[in-house]
Amino acid sequence: MSAVDYAERIPNNVNLSNDKRLQRALEHWLPAYLDWWNSVGPQVFQNNEVYLRTAISTEPGGWANFGYVRMPEYRWGIFLTDPEPDRVIPGGDHAGKPVWQEVPGEYRNALKRIIVVQADTEPASVEQQRYLASTAPSLYDARNLFQVNVEEGRHLWAMVYLLHAYFGRDGRDEADELLARRAGDADKPRILDAFNQPCTDWLTFHCFTCFTDRDGKYQLGSLAESAFDPLSRTCRFMLTEEAHHLFVGESGLERIIRRSAQLLRDAPNGDARAVGGIDLPTVQKYINYWFSYSLDLFGAEVSTNAADYFASGLKGRWREAKDFTEHSALNQTRAITHVQSGKLVDVDVPLRNAMNELLRSDYADDCARVVERWNKALEDEGLDSRITLPSTRFHRRQGIYSDSHFTPEGELISAEEWERRKDEWIPSDSDREYVQSLMKPVLEPGKFANYIAPPRRGIHGQTVEFEYVRTDG
Amino acid sequence: MGHDFAYPPVDFETRPDRYRHWKLSFDGPVATLCMDIDPDGGLWPGKYELKLNSYDLGVDIELADATQRLRFEHPEVKVVLVTGPKDAKVFCAGANIKMLGMAPHAFKVNFCKFTNETRVNLEDAAAHSGQTYVAALSGTASGGGYELALACKEIWLIEDGNAAVSLPEVPLLGVLPGTGGLTRITDKRKIRRDMADVFCTKAEGFRAKEALKHAFIDRAWSRSQWESGSAARAQEIAAATPDKTGPGVPLPALERRETETGWAYRYVTVDFDRANADRVVTLTLSGPTSAPVRDASTWSLQAFRELDDALLRIRVNHLAVGVILVRTRGDAEAILAHEAHVSDNLTSDWFWKEVQLFQARTLRRLDNTAKTLFAILDEGSAFVGTLFELALACDRQYMFADEDGDNRIRLSPANDGPFPMASGITRLAARFPGTPELHTAAVAHKGSIDAEKAEKLGLVTASLDDIDWEDEVRIAVEERVSLSPDALTGMEQNLRFGGAETCETRIYGRLSAWQNWIFQRPNAVGERGALTMYGDPERPIFDYNRT
Repeated sequence: MSAVDYAERIPNNVNLSNDKRLQRALEHWLPAYLDWWNSVGPQVFQNNEVYLRTAISTEPGGWANFGYVRMPEYRWGIFLTDPEPDRVIPGGDHAGKPVWQEVPGEYRNALKRIIVVQADTEPASVEQQRYLASTAPSLYDARNLFQVNVEEGRHLWAMVYLLHAYFGRDGRDEADELLARRAGDADKPRILDAFNQPCTDWLTFHCFTCFTDRDGKYQLGSLAESAFDPLSRTCRFMLTEEAHHLFVGESGLERIIRRSAQLLRDAPNGDARAVGGIDLPTVQKYINYWFSYSLDLFGAEVSTNAADYFASGLKGRWREAKDFTEHSALNQTRAITHVQSGKLVDVDVPLRNAMNELLRSDYADDCARVVERWNKALEDEGLDSRITLPSTRFHRRQGIYSDSHFTPEGELISAEEWERRKDEWIPSDSDREYVQSLMKPVLEPGKFANYIAPPRRGIHGQTVEFEYVRTDG
Repeated sequence: MGHDFAYPPVDFETRPDRYRHWKLSFDGPVATLCMDIDPDGGLWPGKYELKLNSYDLGVDIELADATQRLRFEHPEVKVVLVTGPKDAKVFCAGANIKMLGMAPHAFKVNFCKFTNETRVNLEDAAAHSGQTYVAALSGTASGGGYELALACKEIWLIEDGNAAVSLPEVPLLGVLPGTGGLTRITDKRKIRRDMADVFCTKAEGFRAKEALKHAFIDRAWSRSQWESGSAARAQEIAAATPDKTGPGVPLPALERRETETGWAYRYVTVDFDRANADRVVTLTLSGPTSAPVRDASTWSLQAFRELDDALLRIRVNHLAVGVILVRTRGDAEAILAHEAHVSDNLTSDWFWKEVQLFQARTLRRLDNTAKTLFAILDEGSAFVGTLFELALACDRQYMFADEDGDNRIRLSPANDGPFPMASGITRLAARFPGTPELHTAAVAHKGSIDAEKAEKLGLVTASLDDIDWEDEVRIAVEERVSLSPDALTGMEQNLRFGGAETCETRIYGRLSAWQNWIFQRPNAVGERGALTMYGDPERPIFDYNRT
């Protein structure tokens, strides 16, 4: 491939056509990436034209060009938010000093690890969701799924760019490994557990994009505060795209909730299932499950690594540069509730060691705002029922709460009580079977599956009836 | 750092039904030793949590117990798989850093020494007892976790894109791998030094592919191939190992009782010298009172098990002790008869071979004890054959020259082969580095030897008659306890292990010299040292001047 081809094939603002090192790396990686996309990307509609957004520049509006494209021909690009002149390191021991344009040797391995863990989640979700389109509740939803998928693919590109450009041979090897691991694979699983869970129904998909992708937003946010400027700029650009994924999840769940409320009004005995909807208690259980699973992704409540990453400037707090005036985070503590001898006790933890918990709590606050908006929808529909967000202690598999059991309200309970009552709180096998039974494709433009309300408006000024996926090939 | 933390006495005896951290299971010739550490089961309750399968001395005491029992109680076992809980991402993260951070220096050193002895004994079992230890790592092994694997004959690592082996001590903690890691990668696994250098400074280590390429591991299988691959290889090793006949021999708990001046077992007593502020202890080993029997009560095994326990307790629970006076009692002929019974049955019954190997390990434990060792060959002593090895292990030998010449020593074949030091040569050979003719003469000497002759042959430091005996010994001890304990430890270790090095001597020697030096330096344990700061919100600050 010549340099000219690169600029056309791969939209970028990293001067790819003059960068021999990057070109050499991509020569090897690009075909492997396409193989990966074709084998474990979306399993249907790969050859159909989909109305997708493509980023072609960082100019205002340049990141959002709409048009029909076949997914394998999607132009995955490499974009970094334009450099901020005189940017200084936002937090940690080096706060106030100029940011790094190259990786300092001292932090090379830690930075590489951070990038690899973040990068690994991007292809993982594409793999998890690869069968979903065959049961799409509408062409509008199928298109949203594909938009999320191609952008997760682009986020992988963004991270691989960093590995190729800044981490030498090790970086190239890690980039290869990113295509070798597979979500849920017994031999080569993805690094984080939540990304090995299968996603085979649309309630799960919307929970995943709402809650798990929101974890991504906060991780990217903390990396946007990194002292390593290329990482910071990459993550800031990714955040603009991530916002769309969150929109897909939040609005998707809102539409399911709204539809449940509507069905409930007309249903005999107030049973939404009787009329083919997903009842609110079931939606609540899925929310409980995915919120708690996503909380695990933030890491241990008290963490040496988190302290090291903050101290060295590899990560910052959410909006470190804008919202904080004190950037050392030393000589401060945060109270973290621990379980000690069967009781909940607040323990003061040095703030730097509590960085994971800080980010987790910012995330939980954000989720609470989302839940409020859903409850507004329920109110609009004239229903008294409300969705609630469980306690951050509920149903945890990682961290200090993982050895104990809690109610959604966060009350400590026995293992026996958990076993007895867990089907009230998280999806049971029969709930999953029921939700799965509703998964039938609806592929006529403007039509929607019974369990989900149509969106208020279409994409990019198009109507709801617009043919977002051309099914005639 | 809690240098003043007075830790409670440590008990070195345990048994499988009391294990908190290991699960021992058997499948024909293959035993599985699964490390599944109880985070709340630390030696000092409430002081630290054994996270990520990290270990402390309590964990290692169980491991040491399991290896002894496998040799004596389970002769059918040919392969021992050292592994972690199924599906755990971490096999073992090494020694618990919080525990190391709060432990007094002497405890740290003794902890490292004990763990090293345990690992050397895994190798001993593979080399001499037909029990091959294999590290079956289905999760990441870092630091001490990988060092435990290095002590095994083979290392298998799961290839799942995550699991790795690593020695992150230098980049993460500013100290060295303390359990033979550096020595074993160069001397045992013969890894190229530049790759070893890369490995030891890369905190996250190598995953299977790279680890295999550079011989940091021996085999790798994917998750789906792991069970079948490892089982097949275990059977292969077992099939190549000869059977042992005869039943296993249970090891009952030792009976130890407190005495006015210390404590006592059946054949061994420990007496503190109150006059010397408990800084001198007399360790007396008595000869047999009954004929050899094929169980754990036979003198050759029980007396040495007692000696082993006594040494461990003195080392770890009595830091103030600077001098151990080693004495023996008993009937020389009976001792030699027991010794002959062991050597006559070495090839016909694995049990007697194990007894001899146990004696050899205990004698090496004595060599490695960081206390001054003086052999007191007084009237009534019985330093013959195997027991003369005790005298040879000591830094000096004081022999009482009685008028009738009844106080005698005697050499036997036991002094010429079966009890090599860590350096691979006998204590007698090591004694005469520049005068091999004295070694030859000693080996050739038949019959017992009185004090005067013993001094002439160079077998004792001094032969003293009743006029000099008491004063000379007293003064020697008083002088010794007045000297710097650190200098003495260093000096004794230098002098005990002269001559050629082996992997084993290098492991102990480098631990004592380098690791213990680094453990004391401000860059590790100073206010902003790496070990001090580990887990703290602030990063270490180094003094970058090289020494």
